Amino acid sequence: MRRLTAATAAGYGLSLCHGCGLLTHTGQRQHAYCPRCGANVHPRKPHSIARTWAFILAAAIMYIPANVLPIMITDSVFGAQADTIMSGVAYLWHHGSWHLALIVFIASVAVPMLKLTALIVLAVSVQYRWAWDPLQRTKLYRLVELVGKWSMLDIYVVALMVALVQLKALATISAGPGAVAFGAVVVLTMFAALSFDPRLIWDSVENKNG
Amino acid sequence: MGIHIVKMDFYSHTIEKKFWSEFDSMSRAPPRTLGLIACHECDLLQREVTLPQGGIARCARCEGMLFRSHPDGLERALAFTLGALVLFVICNAFPIVGLEVNGELIQATLPGTVSRLYRDGMWIVAGLVFFTTLLAPLGHLLAMLYILAPLRLGQSPPVPASIIRVLTQIRHWGMVEVFVLGVLVSLVKLADLAKIVPGIALWSFGGLMILFTAATIAFDPRQVWQQLECAA
Repeated sequence: MRRLTAATAAGYGLSLCHGCGLLTHTGQRQHAYCPRCGANVHPRKPHSIARTWAFILAAAIMYIPANVLPIMITDSVFGAQADTIMSGVAYLWHHGSWHLALIVFIASVAVPMLKLTALIVLAVSVQYRWAWDPLQRTKLYRLVELVGKWSMLDIYVVALMVALVQLKALATISAGPGAVAFGAVVVLTMFAALSFDPRLIWDSVENKNG
Repeated sequence: MGIHIVKMDFYSHTIEKKFWSEFDSMSRAPPRTLGLIACHECDLLQREVTLPQGGIARCARCEGMLFRSHPDGLERALAFTLGALVLFVICNAFPIVGLEVNGELIQATLPGTVSRLYRDGMWIVAGLVFFTTLLAPLGHLLAMLYILAPLRLGQSPPVPASIIRVLTQIRHWGMVEVFVLGVLVSLVKLADLAKIVPGIALWSFGGLMILFTAATIAFDPRQVWQQLECAA
């Protein structure tokens, strides 16, 4: 059993400045200014759970058009072809480069889905004070933060294909509406992860036992 | 030089009664004078320790990184930043990759890619690519230069606090390394379509990715604040 009644900064009326890392005395106040760098200082990120939920919901809604609408449209002498994220992965898989298909699948399909699931689990676990090991949850949060930006991969691939494949007679590629939705999912999940305060994980376990 | 991982001692009321009673009576004193730090991920209070060279201090409870010792950290950070800025210019001035079809060469630069998307009416995607591969990395590099160059000369730059605050926000949004992977994936995708001519920027992007990461790791806000307080 982990020792849970620990001395936290908030328990002593202290807050950590996110701008410069200085520990300052804020007492019972929910808001103060850092004496060293002047940034806003809060014991916890304000409205962390509500903001996280808002971004999760927005991302979940955008997740549908991101996967249904085409992200890339190819106009060639053989006719027009619209590719969604999954059909792009399938194309790579069938045309020999399975390792590339795997990279794109992980970055574009697995990572956004896992990120959304992990953030929902984290938010619910804090709200309902689950007893699940806080250390495991903190590690899950770190993972979400770490992999977040890699989903942008497909956006860059589409952008470069659009810039390069402009062969008037043979083929042209343009970005589809799915790319906008997909970009929105990546940005919104990153905002959700930034809004979530991992210290709440430890608070929820503390208050339950103490 | 091996990396020492220093796990912090777990301080609680029972372990150090004397320390906490001293702290309570002085609760208005700045916590730093008591050598206290808090973990930014789980809020546990811990006592600051002196680290061996290249050591990393980890939180006793959540194992998060509290701080690390950077021998010559700021000098290294400045050197990497300057190198990265030079590569950044090359990355944007030269083509990343070209396609050769029927003797015709189509080349793509990063700014060209952004403007192509913009002209296609995909201004949201264009804006996203522009921000994450151009604006955010450049802002990040310039902000580090702005802080580090005067410090190297023993001076304090004007309004360092706001610049560092911008820096801590912007660092999440620079995605040079993801872009490099994106370039590689598109190269493989296009390889069976036409002949591929690698451009100068392709190689410099690889270098930029490495120098950028090195500069970001070496830039330690904790050390910067210590020096800023000395210089002021």
